[in-house]
Amino acid sequence: MFLDTFVLLSSNADSGFLSSLNQRLNLGDIIATVVFFTILMLLLKKFAWGPLMGIMDQRAEMIANEIEAAEQSRLDSQKLLEEQRALLKEAHTNAQSIVENAKKQGEAQREELLHTTRAEVGRLKESAALEIATEREKAIAAVREEFVSLSIMAASKVLGKEVSEEDNRALIEETIVKAGEGR
Amino acid sequence: MEHKNPNLDLFGISFNPANILMLFVTCLIVFIIAVLATRKMQMKPTGMQNFMEWIMDFVKGIIKNNMDWKTGGRFHVLGITLIMFVFVANMLGLPFSIQWDGYLWWKSPTADPVIAMTLAATVIILTHFYGVKMLGAKGYFKTYLQPMPFLAPLKIIEEFANTLTLGLRLYGNIFAGEILIGLLATLAAGSFGGFVGAIVPALAWQGFSIFIGAIQAFIFVMLTMVYMSHKVSTDH
Repeated sequence: MFLDTFVLLSSNADSGFLSSLNQRLNLGDIIATVVFFTILMLLLKKFAWGPLMGIMDQRAEMIANEIEAAEQSRLDSQKLLEEQRALLKEAHTNAQSIVENAKKQGEAQREELLHTTRAEVGRLKESAALEIATEREKAIAAVREEFVSLSIMAASKVLGKEVSEEDNRALIEETIVKAGEGR
Repeated sequence: MEHKNPNLDLFGISFNPANILMLFVTCLIVFIIAVLATRKMQMKPTGMQNFMEWIMDFVKGIIKNNMDWKTGGRFHVLGITLIMFVFVANMLGLPFSIQWDGYLWWKSPTADPVIAMTLAATVIILTHFYGVKMLGAKGYFKTYLQPMPFLAPLKIIEEFANTLTLGLRLYGNIFAGEILIGLLATLAAGSFGGFVGAIVPALAWQGFSIFIGAIQAFIFVMLTMVYMSHKVSTDH
């Protein structure tokens, strides 16, 4: 129908072009098709495709934003993690140094304590020795005093009694020897 | 299978009321589907909206295959409308056809050569229009001299060949499908044995026709974008 219209058209080009075309070709259909299609396209653009494209663009934008936000929060958390890690490391170092310090301090204290104790012991020993010496001195002095009084007593006893020269002499000598021994 | 087309003369122009009816039905169905699908739109698409978005992305893919999106974006609406229109038009004649008083009233509008050729010619004229609009008259005529000036006659013939093949391919496929369905239906209506014999091939052919209708709609839009890209982009 269409093709032979073209063929026929070429043979009688001039006479009543439109009417001869009209007889063989449904011009009305052509017009109707174009008009219908155009109207459909415009209506759909207004009522369907336009809004749909709008929402698709909107979604694309939203997704892009979300991705960006996710990336941002990932970076943030990375940074935070890094920070926390550094803090932890620092705390670790701190704790180690504190323990070290405490150890050192304890060592020093122990040393000092030992030192003081040792000094104290020495001092005590010295004072004890000193005391012993003093006591001894005192004891000797006391003994000597006792001895003197004894010898005086003895002498008085001797003087009170009839004692020979020899006896006296022997006594005195013995006393002196004893005194020498007592020293 | 003999049938007549109804005819109506209005303002000295002859119309085929059956074609007008079927075009109207096609437009109505496409419009209803599209509007229903996009009535409640959400950020998270569901159901029909998904389907429509899939079609949009599909057409977008076709366009992107042929030209960059900056020039091709303006043909998106044309492409979606065209693919929906041609697909629905191809489907309409499949379930049944209605003849009244020997006149064929219900059929695929694309099974009519005038309508198929009109669609094709519209597309080709649009490619020329956009070619002049986007490249300028000088750039438009220059495309006829590329790649070699002596190929210009071939290029001019190509334009007519494109129009013819684009329209006749669609028309031929759908018309042939309808004829075969019609034949099988006549066979099935003839006798009980005919019904039994026709039912399996009829089912198979209807399924195949759905496939053909979809493929033809795709090819039509694909070729539209190919021809369009030949006209509007310089690097081809």
